[in-house]
Amino acid sequence: MNLFHQIPLEIRWVVYVVAMIVFVSLFALFAIWLERKVAAWAQDRMGPMETGGFHGWSQTIADMIKLLLKEDIIPDAADRGLFKLAPYIVFTSSFAAFAVLPFAANLIGSDLNIGIYYIVAVSSLVVISIIMAGWASNNKWSLYGGMRAASQMISYEIPVALSLLVPILLVGSLSMQDLVKVQAGGFWNWTIFGNALGRGSILQLPFTIVAFIIYFWASLAEVNRVPFDLPEGESEIIGFHVEYSAMRFGMFFFAEFANMFLVSGVAVALFLGGWHAPFPFLEVSAETSLIWCNVIGTFWFIGKALILVFIQMWLRWTLPRLRVDQLMHVCWKVFLPFSFANVLIVSLLVVIS
Amino acid sequence: MELLSELIFYCFVVLTIGSAVVVVFHPRVMYSAFALLFTFFGVGVLYLYLAADFLAASQLLIYVGGILILIIFGVFLTSSIMSLEILQETHQRFIALIPIALGGIVLLSVILSTPWTTTATTEAVPTTKLLGRLLLTRYLVPFELASLLLLAALVGAMRLARYFRTEE
Repeated sequence: MNLFHQIPLEIRWVVYVVAMIVFVSLFALFAIWLERKVAAWAQDRMGPMETGGFHGWSQTIADMIKLLLKEDIIPDAADRGLFKLAPYIVFTSSFAAFAVLPFAANLIGSDLNIGIYYIVAVSSLVVISIIMAGWASNNKWSLYGGMRAASQMISYEIPVALSLLVPILLVGSLSMQDLVKVQAGGFWNWTIFGNALGRGSILQLPFTIVAFIIYFWASLAEVNRVPFDLPEGESEIIGFHVEYSAMRFGMFFFAEFANMFLVSGVAVALFLGGWHAPFPFLEVSAETSLIWCNVIGTFWFIGKALILVFIQMWLRWTLPRLRVDQLMHVCWKVFLPFSFANVLIVSLLVVIS
Repeated sequence: MELLSELIFYCFVVLTIGSAVVVVFHPRVMYSAFALLFTFFGVGVLYLYLAADFLAASQLLIYVGGILILIIFGVFLTSSIMSLEILQETHQRFIALIPIALGGIVLLSVILSTPWTTTATTEAVPTTKLLGRLLLTRYLVPFELASLLLLAALVGAMRLARYFRTEE
């Protein structure tokens, strides 16, 4: 530990940022492979088997090399500067949120005291870059796609933020580590199950579950996954990225997979116990071994997040897509009243207990 | 450490002012709108340097995530959005010069007469709790008035949007 503290802070930052980039890249590669396998599983076939070794594990690596080597086509009439800039902003904004994702007790980029608020704020940059991509392509369809995506994402930001308020109210802090730490000691203490260690009582159990459900569905819309994948819908709907090719196109999907992990990570940290194990005896305390405490914590955090990512993919191949009006109906007339009521009741419970 | 943070500070100052200049002077409206993104972001970072972390995140969330999108949608609603050339023009430069000069004099006099003091870097203390408490005690009335005003605007906007639909 002393050795660790002797390393200058700047170097630790750089190491952490590089490690995160590597992690996100590896996760994106793995997630693309998993997506194919889950799709195949849902449709009763085998998925990638022929190319790329055992169960096609290396096929996505080849795909990525292909994307990197492909010709990068920029339409003649497009606005070159903004067209080039948009994918970077998309990726930067989803990557910036990883800075406050608590992987383990001591493994976090920066435990800001406004952690979760920072995530909500930074992810709002994605909307602007999607409009930028749609407009700069100078194509009607991509402009409409961009506007559709923007209106969907702004709308669903509200239920996401309101459902995140429930754990924040119970814990009384915005810091990610504070939000995780109160959920120690077994899955019955997790926020989704009422968070007995936090403020309040067992009475709030149904409301935290509702908050989690609303968060999960609304975050699906935030990252443009089925059943809310109208902005993308690769096969049928023309989205904002129709003019993009090669790695610039890849960046959008890279950011999407990073976002999938991010929303799952936030759900895990706020509702599902973060890096705490489901049973107390599966944990290693920091006093016994600091390194093992963090390794095991990271294992639980990533494991839980991957389960949520798997559920997102599973839903993609299970549910049909919503129409635009149904999408707005679900957001404004179902999620919004329920999350408002939820916040009111939970804050009342916090006040009286 | 100190040097690095100073360097980053000046980078963001240049970003903020540079993009603000683009906002004002660029002939294409859409460029101005997108340059505003960097201005808002830069101002948010300057808040961070003043140890106002909650304000910085709010700046990002409200201005970039809300107001800027509103502005861009507003630009979209103007005619001929499909052409990349929505230009803004300058008319009556000489008449405009008079209020600009007057405003400039006022600004300059204020800048020159203000005693600028530099304070040591303040430790970033959590401001969220303090802000929340102040909003619900000392500034309760302005806070509630603002929310009432916003609610009225919301209801009014919905009424206007609905009004034309029922006419059909």
